Amino acid sequence: MIAVIDYGMGNLRSVQKALEAVGARAVVTSDPAVILGARSVVLPGVGAFRDCMNNLERLDLVEVVRRAAKSGKPFLGICLGLQLLFNQSSEFGHVAGLGLLAGKVVRFPHPHRDPAGGPPLKIPHMGWNTVHIERPNPLLADFPNDSYFYFVHSYYVIPEDPEVVATVTDYGGPFVSGIHHENLYAFQFHPEKSQKNGLALLRKFSELR
Amino acid sequence: MLAKRIIPCLDVKDGRVVKGVNFVNLQDAGDPVEIAAAYEREGADELTFLDITASHEKRDIILDVVRHTAEKVFMPLTVGGGVRTLDDIRNLLKAGADKVAINTQAVNRPEFVEEASHRFGSQCIVVAIDAKAMTPGHETSRRFPDWSDERPALFLAPDEPLPAWEVYTHGGRHPTGLNAVKWAAQMEAFGAGEILLTSMDRDGTKQGYDLPLNHKISETVSIPVIASGGAGTLEHLYEGLVEGGADAVLAASIFHFKEYTIAETKAYLSGKHIPVRL
Repeated sequence: MIAVIDYGMGNLRSVQKALEAVGARAVVTSDPAVILGARSVVLPGVGAFRDCMNNLERLDLVEVVRRAAKSGKPFLGICLGLQLLFNQSSEFGHVAGLGLLAGKVVRFPHPHRDPAGGPPLKIPHMGWNTVHIERPNPLLADFPNDSYFYFVHSYYVIPEDPEVVATVTDYGGPFVSGIHHENLYAFQFHPEKSQKNGLALLRKFSELR
Repeated sequence: MLAKRIIPCLDVKDGRVVKGVNFVNLQDAGDPVEIAAAYEREGADELTFLDITASHEKRDIILDVVRHTAEKVFMPLTVGGGVRTLDDIRNLLKAGADKVAINTQAVNRPEFVEEASHRFGSQCIVVAIDAKAMTPGHETSRRFPDWSDERPALFLAPDEPLPAWEVYTHGGRHPTGLNAVKWAAQMEAFGAGEILLTSMDRDGTKQGYDLPLNHKISETVSIPVIASGGAGTLEHLYEGLVEGGADAVLAASIFHFKEYTIAETKAYLSGKHIPVRL
């Protein structure tokens, strides 16, 4: 069973339905016992970094998420669920994250100049963009390199350790769109909104033991 | 490279698609869930439901439609129409919508957009703007929203230099006196994550998008703009993206009546060097 962590942020139903569509059993939960007892854990999330951390704290889930991530079981972060894994975000001043990975979360510059000379790039980075595989991992095996996935975000992560970078995406320059470190997998894009490529990724995740 | 998005739009009334959709192999051409699934198979980039249900008692039907759609369709779904409270937004997002479009209520009370984007995040707050071009000798509307004294700079001046566009609400029936370009900038400042821009002059005409309107608003705001209203040919979509500077194009009838499939549309745009997701 896969636990999708519910902390009041984002479209959790989509994540659950997408996991079910690839044959996995998924529950949306904020119950620490269910999260820690699950075979795998998904940390989704959209919205503001600070609100997400506040909600995790309010629900006493910060330590639970850390423990789940350190337990060695497959752990998938999506969008803000990727960003939260890092030390801190520069959103609204500095907000501490879960600190599971070294690095920071920063905003795209404003205005975001297009190196190709076009008009400034729009923020949020919203829509389908290609994902380039830097370091292959099992989740990325079932679609071609540079496949399209759906993004919607204004911030991105800068890991200190380049070895954790799984994928990069270009938006006025390359940014890290996926990470992999031991049992931790996390993506800036939304696999649950990325049609067959996204479902292929989630199927692979659901098969991890 | 970020692809330009192609977005079919379905008008939904009392849980049924209005005017019907001409797809082959659909058991029920009025079922929004089936049509959404068909567009997913065709490779649409996103989908928009515009709920035009008039009666208040039937407003919850759209939530069921969204729930069922979210079980079958794994692409972004925007729902607009009648969004007036934070609870309306919460219910739509919980049902499975990714974004909600706010139109009339933003004009009634602009702070609603600010509250909504703070509560749910800018990424899910689309502000829909229905705009109509001013003509020479125009008179600006007197139907100002009641907060007009607080932000007079957002409104059209009696001698507003043309081209200029006025914001309409209530499905294009009520002029507001608001300057559409300044209104778009204000909505961005209040946290809108995207603008869905519909030309009232072009909507339903199949004469193409209002390109100067799209261009002006797209260069004014730094959030994505979806061009809407008037698409009749593939060239219109191309023009909207290039001359209009839009980040996405929304269309209804040309897709629903199979004048062009999504695949044909993308092949055409790709052939003209527009980045699309093939």
